[in-house]
Amino acid sequence: MRKGMPDDNGPEIEKYTLKAEKHDTKDLPEIEDKYKQAFLNVGYDPKGAERSGSFLQVDHSVLCSKVVQEGVEIMSTTDAIEKYSWLSDYWWHAVAPEKDVYTQQVDRKQTHGYFLRTLPGVRTTYPLQSCLFTEQDGLSQNVHNIVIAEEGSELHIITGCSVAEKVKSALHLGVSEFYVKKNAKITFTMIHNWAPEVEVRPRSGTIIEENGVFISNYVCLDQVKDLQMYPVTYCGKNARATSQSIIYASKDSKIDIGSKMVLQGENSRAEIISRTVAQDDADVTARGILTGSAANVKGHLECIGLMLSDTARIYSVPELEATVKDAELSHEAAVGRISEEEIAYLTARGLSEEEAAGAIVRGFLNVDIEGLPAALGEQVRQMIRMSAESLE
Amino acid sequence: MLEIKELDLEVDGRPVLKDLNLTIEEGESHVLLGPNGSGKTSLLLGILGFPKYQVTGGNIIFKGKDITGLSTAERVKLGMGIAFQHPPVIRGIRLGEMVNLCRGDKTQQISEQTRILAKKLHFSDEFLERDVNAGFSGGEIKRSEIMQLMAQDPDFVMLDEPDSGVDIENMELIGNMIGELLHRKIQPSKRTASGLIITHLATITDYIEVDWAHVMLDGMIACSGSPDRIISEVMKGGYEKCVRECQTTMDRK
Repeated sequence: MRKGMPDDNGPEIEKYTLKAEKHDTKDLPEIEDKYKQAFLNVGYDPKGAERSGSFLQVDHSVLCSKVVQEGVEIMSTTDAIEKYSWLSDYWWHAVAPEKDVYTQQVDRKQTHGYFLRTLPGVRTTYPLQSCLFTEQDGLSQNVHNIVIAEEGSELHIITGCSVAEKVKSALHLGVSEFYVKKNAKITFTMIHNWAPEVEVRPRSGTIIEENGVFISNYVCLDQVKDLQMYPVTYCGKNARATSQSIIYASKDSKIDIGSKMVLQGENSRAEIISRTVAQDDADVTARGILTGSAANVKGHLECIGLMLSDTARIYSVPELEATVKDAELSHEAAVGRISEEEIAYLTARGLSEEEAAGAIVRGFLNVDIEGLPAALGEQVRQMIRMSAESLE
Repeated sequence: MLEIKELDLEVDGRPVLKDLNLTIEEGESHVLLGPNGSGKTSLLLGILGFPKYQVTGGNIIFKGKDITGLSTAERVKLGMGIAFQHPPVIRGIRLGEMVNLCRGDKTQQISEQTRILAKKLHFSDEFLERDVNAGFSGGEIKRSEIMQLMAQDPDFVMLDEPDSGVDIENMELIGNMIGELLHRKIQPSKRTASGLIITHLATITDYIEVDWAHVMLDGMIACSGSPDRIISEVMKGGYEKCVRECQTTMDRK
């Protein structure tokens, strides 16, 4: 196995069923009411307030694909490929279907997924929101998502994945392909909220054309059985890419997450930032690869971990690869515990040691997330606060 | 207010204070002089009960209560506060939030009270958005520490070199604020706040009057007296000479 590539002794697809009970769109109000909090927790507002459109998939049923702003398209990818023959040019173009057993499974047994697109020059006023939700215990959800920002457009997306409280085990396979066309911009914020027995395999690829910008944020603060993802971003000429991950791993969560940025266009720039907290028996691998293969590219990788227990593990793997002489790549990786000096400082201001630790963890995870509406930014901070408060 | 009796203190098993006695009455402010490494900061952090500073003998009585075994948080609740000389950077916590916390307010929305206080310390609203101590200049650290203390409003105030590395303009402001913290601007009989200030060059005494001065040498308070006398002796001949003079006078007595 090549260094940096995830070793996947992952979930067994056969353990999960593909037979999902069909949900009817007429049940939408009831479902929205029942799971309102679960949806809100991953950034999906059933009311659609301050959103330019919404997509909701529960199990294998697409219950909502609503467009609010003109020039924006939202639909199931299954419908999109029927509607647009040209979409085959994008289908499995940024991710290879034969990559692994999970992509193969999505290729063979796809169960919808979202197609989001902004037409040339269109800028979303508010973000689009999507939620992929599993309600049925033991189900495998195999989504294939395609996101396209056409030339000169700007597309902001908030997407959440979660499961109903009653779901004991589930498998989520998600292939996502992003296409940032010339002079376009995508900000993509993904919030995951899983359960102790859920296994997750997202597989993402992004292609950024000339002068394009791709900002990807990932937040996962709750327990998960086994999650592994390794999105790859290909940067064209003058492209900019940023990836930020905020991970709070607790109990016996196993998380292997990383980003790869391929700086293949001249003058392209990339930044990978990850903040990981490992508590209890959690096992986290935080990866990052920057590859510079074109003139005058620049990349920086920052991978910082905070250990809160003697039975957790953080394995940090930053990698840099340059194949041209004027590539400028750097990284900063650190794993440590909460500084005693910082705790002491906060206790001198009247906090208990536990409160001080909570405040420091919260601060550690509190990186600025670009592209979030104020209310959602506040909500993410609130989620971080709640995770950190579990220490108190 | 504070009574330290025969205190022995260790840091990582190394003795730093030996048989130290010090009494500070309610409303009194004292300055502590002494060379580097004489144990001044250790004394402050020992009073505050930092875990690294282990009491191996003696007692600390605060407001009539033996606090020797209490945690820092408990001591702070009883009314202690400190301005550090080299505070750590706290990433992700904004200065404004920190000032809220000092007031016991855990909301992250920077309060109006905090903003008003910040103005007093010549900090802008934008500055309150910065991570605590991240990239602060020397003067900004001093002002920020004092601002946090003012929000805490402790009865017993410890200041670790509030006057070192501060330019004249900032010094005047800092002196004023410390004067307020220590009730120096009201008549002595009405003062309830007490203070212990570490100072290298006694610059702070140009801005506020203090009641007592002590010189520390080798983990002991070697000499105490009126600030005028002690400070002029130290300025004239250095700490050790001051201590020698002091002891001769005492012997004569």
